Amino acid sequence: MSLILEIKNLNISYDGTRVVENASLNVSEGDFLGVIGPNGGGKTTLLKAILGLVKPDSGTIRFHFKKEDKAIGYLPQINQIDHKFPITVIDVVRSGKTRKIKKFSLKGGPEIEKAIALLGEMGIQKLKDKAIGELSGGQMQRVFLCRALMSDPELLILDEPDTFVDNNFENELYGKLRELNKRMAIMLVSHDIGTIAQYVKTIACVNLHLHYHPSNKISTEQLASYNCPLQIITHGQIPHTVLKTHED
Amino acid sequence: MNGLIELFQYNFFLNAVAAALLAGISCGIAGTYIVSRRKVFISGGITHASFGGIGLAYFLGLPPLLGAAFFAVFAAFGIQFLSHKAEIREDSSIAIWWSLGMALGIIFIYMTPGYVPNLMSYLFGSILTVSAPELWLMLALTIVLAGFFILFFRPILYISFDENFARTTGIPVNLFNYLLLALVALTIVLNIRVVGIILILSLLTIPQATANLFTRSFKKMIFMSTAIAFLGAFSGLMFSYFADIPSGAAIIFTLVIVFGIVKLLKTFCKWQKTRKN
Repeated sequence: MSLILEIKNLNISYDGTRVVENASLNVSEGDFLGVIGPNGGGKTTLLKAILGLVKPDSGTIRFHFKKEDKAIGYLPQINQIDHKFPITVIDVVRSGKTRKIKKFSLKGGPEIEKAIALLGEMGIQKLKDKAIGELSGGQMQRVFLCRALMSDPELLILDEPDTFVDNNFENELYGKLRELNKRMAIMLVSHDIGTIAQYVKTIACVNLHLHYHPSNKISTEQLASYNCPLQIITHGQIPHTVLKTHED
Repeated sequence: MNGLIELFQYNFFLNAVAAALLAGISCGIAGTYIVSRRKVFISGGITHASFGGIGLAYFLGLPPLLGAAFFAVFAAFGIQFLSHKAEIREDSSIAIWWSLGMALGIIFIYMTPGYVPNLMSYLFGSILTVSAPELWLMLALTIVLAGFFILFFRPILYISFDENFARTTGIPVNLFNYLLLALVALTIVLNIRVVGIILILSLLTIPQATANLFTRSFKKMIFMSTAIAFLGAFSGLMFSYFADIPSGAAIIFTLVIVFGIVKLLKTFCKWQKTRKN
C-alpha cells in the first residue's frame, strides 16, 4: 500500500512546554489508525500539526496525495464549536469544500447537490435547513462528518467523534467509518480504547512520545510500558474484544 | 402631522434620515459579524480607544474622525496582536487598549487650548448635526463593507463559524480576520457621530439580538438587523425631536424598548403554546 502521510522526528511545543517529542509515524492507503493516550498527552496537538494548525518546532510532515489539493477531511472536537452560531446545517456541510479563494462563487449548484447527497447518506437530509444549535449531539456529529467528507478526502482525521453521542449512534458511526475506510485512510483520536480497538487496524499511543502498535490488540501491560496510562472502558451492549497479552 | 411634513423640508433632517439609513446598513452588517463571532467586547475596546484619536486630532487641529479612524484600526490590530503574539489574555488586552484610548483622549483634550467644540457630540452622538462630507464618508464605507460581504460571504461565514476548520480548507483566515477587524473599526468610527462613543455598541448588538429572536441564519440576521437598526434610528430621531431629548440616547432607548416588547411577545407565544399542549 502506498504511503499517504509521513511524519519524521516531530517536536511540538505549546506555551513553551514540549507536548510531542520525537514522534514518527507513517499512514498508508487503507489504514485505520486509532490514536490513544491520556488527556493532555498531545493527541490533539499532533492532529493539529498534521492539519497545519500548529507549527512544529522541528521535524517533517509530508503528504503523498494523489490529488493536487491537500485532501484531508477533518472532524474537530464538538465542544470547540459555538452551538449558538447562526448557521444552517447545509451551510456547515458546504463549508467543508477545499478550494482556492478565487474559486468562491455566489452560487454553488453542484456543491449544494453534493452536500445534500452526503446528508442523505447519513439519513439526515430533512435537517438541512435547521440551525446547528437545534440538533442533538449525534445529529451534530453526523453533520460534521458530512462536512469532513465534502472534499472527498484521501485521509480522514477524527478528533473524539464519540463524545456527546449515545451508544446507538456510536455503533452506527463506527460502521460508517469501516465503510469509508474502503475509500480513504482514517486517523481516529479517542479516549475510549475499549470501543475503538474493535474497529481500528493499528494503534498509536501518544503521551509526549509516540508508540506505534501495528495491530489492534493491545494489552494494559503494553500501554503501561508505553507510558500511556489509560483506563479501558467498555460498554455493556457492545461486544468486548479480549486483549491478548504478549509473552515478552 | 404638519410638523412631520415640514421636517422633511429641512436639510439637516434629511441628512439625519440618510445617516440613520447608512448607520442601519453598516451596523446591521458589522454588528451581525461581531455578535455571531462573540467579538462584542473587542468592539467596545476599539470604540473607546478611538477617543484617543479624537483628542489627538483636536490637539493637532485635524478632523476628529480622521484621528478616531487611525486609533480605532490601530487598537483593533493591537488587541489582535497582543493576545495572539504576546500571550496576554484577550480580555485584559482589550481593557488595556480601551482605557489607554480614553486616557490619551482626556490628556490631549486637556492640553488643547481653549474650548473644545462638539466634544459632547462625539461622546453621545448627534445625528441631527451630521454634515454632508460625513455622510459621503459613511456612504463610501457602507458600499465597501456591503461589497466585501457580498463578494466574500461564504468565506466570512465559514471563518466566523469555525476558524480552525476554515484554515484546513485553504481560506486565508488571518488576512480575512485583519480585514474584517479593520472594517468593523471603521464602521464604529463613522457611526460615532450618530450615537456616540458611549452608545455605539448598542447599535451593533441590540438590532442583532432582536433579529436573533426570529432567525438562526447569518444572512437573514444581516437583513433583519439592518431593518431594525434603521427603524430604531429613525423612530429614535423622531422621538428625540418631538420630546426634545438627546438623539443618541433616544435611538438606543427605542431599540431596547423594541427588543423588550418582541422578547415579551415571543415568550408569551411560547407560553401559550405549551399551555395548549
